[in-house]
Amino acid sequence: MSEEAEGTMTSEEQQEMEDKVISPEKAEEARLKARYPNLGGSDFLRKRLQKGQKYFDSGDYNMAKAKMKNKQLPSAPTEKTEITGGHIPTPQDLPQRKTSIVASKLAG
Amino acid sequence: MAGPGGDMQWCFSQVKGAIDDDVAEADIISTVEFNHTGELLATGDKGGRVVIFQQEIENKNHPQFRSEYNVYSTFQSHEPEFDYLKSLEIEEKINKIRWLPQKNAAQFLLSTNDKTIKLWKISERDKRPEGYNLKEEDGRYKDPNTITSLRVPVLIPMDLMVEASPRRVFANAHTYHINSISVNSDNETYLSADDLRINLWHLEITDRSFNIVDIKPANMEELTEVITAAEFHPHQCNTFVYSSSKGTIRLCDMRVSALCDKHSKLFEEPEDPSNRSFFSEIISSISDVKFSHNGRYMMTRDYLSMKIWDLNMENRPVETYQVHEYLRSKLCSLYENDCIFDKFECCWNGNDSVVMTGSYNNFFRIFDRGHRRDVTLEASRENSKPMQVLKPRKVCAGGKRKKDEISVDSLDFNKKILHTAWHPQDNIITVATTNNLYIFQDKVN
Repeated sequence: MSEEAEGTMTSEEQQEMEDKVISPEKAEEARLKARYPNLGGSDFLRKRLQKGQKYFDSGDYNMAKAKMKNKQLPSAPTEKTEITGGHIPTPQDLPQRKTSIVASKLAG
Repeated sequence: MAGPGGDMQWCFSQVKGAIDDDVAEADIISTVEFNHTGELLATGDKGGRVVIFQQEIENKNHPQFRSEYNVYSTFQSHEPEFDYLKSLEIEEKINKIRWLPQKNAAQFLLSTNDKTIKLWKISERDKRPEGYNLKEEDGRYKDPNTITSLRVPVLIPMDLMVEASPRRVFANAHTYHINSISVNSDNETYLSADDLRINLWHLEITDRSFNIVDIKPANMEELTEVITAAEFHPHQCNTFVYSSSKGTIRLCDMRVSALCDKHSKLFEEPEDPSNRSFFSEIISSISDVKFSHNGRYMMTRDYLSMKIWDLNMENRPVETYQVHEYLRSKLCSLYENDCIFDKFECCWNGNDSVVMTGSYNNFFRIFDRGHRRDVTLEASRENSKPMQVLKPRKVCAGGKRKKDEISVDSLDFNKKILHTAWHPQDNIITVATTNNLYIFQDKVN
């Protein structure tokens, strides 16, 4: 630790070294400060209060949702057996309403 | 509970969920909760769905094995919404589920996302009516002229059908994101807490709620702490606690005043100022608070530890358990990958003698308070043979790694166990990995 060739350390540097030995937390803090020198104080709280992606308006939101849905749901083949126009349907004739939401895999 | 050697051994019982590694975001489990008897186990996920499992009746052929949990009901509790005023999406993710004590044949639970709480009724139907006079069996109406006699419809047995229906929707009371709900012991009211406010509701009334805690500063620039969790006392209907991002817990008595901004007790462990670092406040933030079943203690979970507090002693916890102290020298990386903000939950066993919480790499930790013993176990598909005993795991903090130990740098920080639950009466525990639910039980000799 002592490097006599380069001269004695200042008391500040000595304290820092001691801190590293005593507290791994302080060592981690030093590492963080080295990487991000401009890290500010408590913006965490404010950021936390407003979590979530902001959209321009509801149209923007619905477009984004539609794009995601197209990616996620596998395209299901359309049923050819649907009854149309032959007679007035009864509850038994109507196809089951397809759930637009995929069931949870935990229940599978 | 403890075997002859004093150590509890845990065996694999079941695992629910898909095996494939490609996890859809909707399948991420966000909450797990047993009901008051432990017969039902509810899970909520990021896609707004609730799945309820039911423990089967005793396995008569093998009485030494506890019965399995099978799917009882599943429904879509919340859907994504759009806040038009703020142009923000309201996630459908289920933040918390809380069961109501059973009063009649049906089961009730409260489920909440960031903004709206819903009361769901789950009821069974095992009979259906047959023998109508005006309708055929398939539902078509009969020609009235063909009816010559009258009969009384009868109820005949049918295959069990479990229906979930929303009975109450408690909306529009939270500006910020709801993190907790807690049913009062009076079984009439419940509280909901967001980052800055706590509201008191009556289960029957949806268009009104009372604000009981408000820590929003007049000037938002002065914001220094937020509410992270809240819970009612298990027996005293006037008492509740809420925890903060600064590591404090406040106990409030609703008999004192209508607005409980002034606490009755403040629980805070004094900090050594020379140890303070940039990370101190972040890792002291309490992610969960749970009363013991007997109501004399409460447990808090912060990033690195679990603390048990005696409600009669405010100045320090009575017990502190290190969950994964080896992470203290990794805080810089954990801050960079946001893991330092992970919210771990904790739970008590039925008689308050053992506590449990999750960690990374799909590890979870169980602390036996009485025997002063703790163990680290892993939830993985590799240890999922029926009744396979789980082998304790050990993390090597530094230096020479022994055989079977895992070094800190090999831990997978994407595999986090945030949600765990303990059966209220039995030694059955459930642990949620990202998208799988594991059920373990203690080894019965």
